[in-house]
Order: sequence, then C-alpha cells, then structure tokens
Amino acid sequence: MHELSITQSVVDAVTERMCDARIRRIRLEVGRCSGLVPDAVRFCFELVAAGTTCEGAALEIDEPPGRATCRACGDGFDTAEVLPLCGCGSADVAVEGGRELRIREVEVV
Amino acid sequence: MCGTCGCGPEVTTEATRRVALEIDLLAKNDDRAVANRRWLADNDVLAVNLMSSPGSGKTTLLERTIRDLGDHLSCAVLEGDQETLLDAERIGATGAPVVQINTGAGCHLDAEMVADGVRRLAPERGSVLFVENVGNLVCPALFDLGEAARVVIMSVTEGADKPLKYPHMFRTADLMLVNKVDLLPHVEFDVAHCVAHARRARPDVEVLEVSATRGDGLGAWYDWLRHRRITGAGRGRTFS
Ligand SMILES: Nc1nc2c(ncn2[C@@H]2O[C@H](COP(=O)(O)OP(=O)(O)OP(=O)(O)O)[C@@H](O)[C@H]2O)c(=O)[nH]1
Ligand SMILES: [Mg+2]
Ligand SMILES: [Zn+2]
Repeated sequence: MHELSITQSVVDAVTERMCDARIRRIRLEVGRCSGLVPDAVRFCFELVAAGTTCEGAALEIDEPPGRATCRACGDGFDTAEVLPLCGCGSADVAVEGGRELRIREVEVV
Repeated sequence: MCGTCGCGPEVTTEATRRVALEIDLLAKNDDRAVANRRWLADNDVLAVNLMSSPGSGKTTLLERTIRDLGDHLSCAVLEGDQETLLDAERIGATGAPVVQINTGAGCHLDAEMVADGVRRLAPERGSVLFVENVGNLVCPALFDLGEAARVVIMSVTEGADKPLKYPHMFRTADLMLVNKVDLLPHVEFDVAHCVAHARRARPDVEVLEVSATRGDGLGAWYDWLRHRRITGAGRGRTFS
C-alpha cells in the first residue's frame, strides 16, 4: 500500500515546514487519475499523525478529475480513468490533469 | 480573558491561520531520484528498474542474464523484497555483486532505499545495475528511483488484460517482456491483445517475448541491454 508512505510524507512535510505549530487542518489535492486512493490516505493518516503536531487534524482531500479529449471525434469529458474510452468507442484519448498529488494548505493555531 | 485588564473567563475560540504550502507529495523522492540519476550518469552505470507481479520471473531472468552475459558485461543487482534474503542468495550464486533491500511493510522501493543500496553495492564503471523491485504492479509505479529505463515483465499465466488493469505501471514502461512463452501452448493468452493493451498505456513501448527458463528471445533482450548500455547510462527521463 503506497498510501502509507505517501501519507507519511504528508506528515513529514507538514511538521518540517510548520515547526512546532499545532496543525488543525490539512488540505490535500489527490487527482482522480493519480493512482492514490483517498480513503486509504484517510485511514493511514490517523496512524501516521499520532504523536505528531498533526494529531487530530482534519484531513480534507480535493479530488480533481482528469480532462479527456478524444482524438477521433473531438469530444471532451471529465474522467477518473488513466486510459479512458470515449463514448464514440475510441481509445485514442488524451488526458490532461487528474494526476495531482499535493499539499495545498494547512490551518495552524 | 479581557485584553485590557485580564478580567473575565478565558476566550475559547482560538485564532487559526491558513498557510499555503503547495508541496508535491513525491517531491522528496523525486529529488533523491534526480541525485541518483546524476551519480549513475557520472559513474557510467546503466540502472534498469525491473518490475512485475510476484513470480513473473524477475529473478530467474536475472540469473540467466548474468550467467549468459557475465564475461562480456559487468552486472550488479539490488534486490527488493519485503522479507528474506532468498533472491539475493540466488543472484549471489551467479557470482554477481548483490545487495538485498528488505522493505518490511513497504510494497515498493523508493529512491532513498536505492541510494543506500548503491552506496553499499558500489557498482563499477561501465556496468549494468539491475534493480529488482518488489513484486507488485501497483505501488512501484509511482516511485522514480533514478533509473535509466523501466522494464515491466508480464508472464503469460497472468492474463493479457494486465496492462489495462494496472495502467500506471505500464504507462511508464520502456520495455515489456512477455515471459514464460514456453507455457503458451498450455494457457489461453493472446500476445497480440496484450501488446495492444500495453500500447494503449504507452504507445511506443518496446515488446519482447521471452522464456527465462527455456531461453526463447533472450538474444533480443541482451541486444536491448547492450544497446541501452551504449546509448543511455543514467541519462534516462524521469518517471513520475
Ligand atoms: N515455465 C516457465 N517458468 C518460469 C519462467 N521464468 C520463471 N519461471 C518460474 O516462475 C517462478 C517464479 O520465478 P521468479 O524468478 O522467482 O519470479 P520473481 O518475479 O523474481 O518473483 P518475486 O521476486 O517473488 O516477485 C519460478 O518457479 C520460476 O522457475 C519461464 O520463462 N517459464
Ligand atoms: Mg524475485
Ligand atoms: Zn470520441
């Protein structure tokens, strides 16, 4: 489960950047095509945050979709798939975005 | 409390402030991978990241490759497994330098583990460093190790739809080896379908059909390695 090590890197980055400040809220961006499962991150977070300044912090996760454009018919649509199929049946689809893995902001006391 | 004279009850609403961070979650790994890639290039070591499901034949292929090429090409191996020294012992028996990295609960190698492994292994100039990742088609895909090339091994007993089910892994592969082709008469596996699926994930992926045990296709695999050795030690693209 790579969510465990990624969640560890969230807590590491936040505690490192915010020194001793008590963290109340963390806002992440986890794109729908990123390969990370938000629920697994939430599950790991409690575990990893225990005993750190992030303990008890609320974890908010934005999940932006990818934006697909079909090269066959020109149609555009939102997607959570890395390899989406267009409604027209074509698999020749370009996907932009949706792969974000970022700590957006934190709220501290 | 009253801010002027200190009278009254303590105020319970605490003031919070927001701080924008915009930190990429893979940044630390990626920075380390960049440093690895630089070291590998400076020391003329070609690093190949071998990934597959458990049991697709990574170690078998490495044993055979080292035995076949050993006199002509210097090989070293980093073995990633959750537990045991078994694969490192198999590689050690070929005479090649090997370091085992146990990831414990971790399901993938990361750039830091590889940096540590490379320090211990000290691969020689002009060599090929094989990194056998933990058997897993999901987690290793996200972690750039600093390698010059990614090789994904699929065996014909796994089903031809794997590239569609694990697109993250296949979209970064430079080469897909379809292994255990000696078993093709016994299983239902459409190689053409599998290749088509892989090319949806990565249109320009190279594909070789091999049998690590019977030897089919290994000449082409060795040519691929020699070609990469000449053209691109450590200069590869980044992967995340
Ligand atoms: N028939 C056949 N069997 C093979 C071939 N390559 C490997 N095997 C067998 O597949 C099994 C697993 O091979 P390994 O080389 O240990 O696989 P691996 O990918 O290193 O496995 P992990 O490190 O555990 O993920 C062994 O029993 C091998 O003998 C092949 O080309 N044909
Ligand atoms: Mg192995
Ligand atoms: Zn279309």
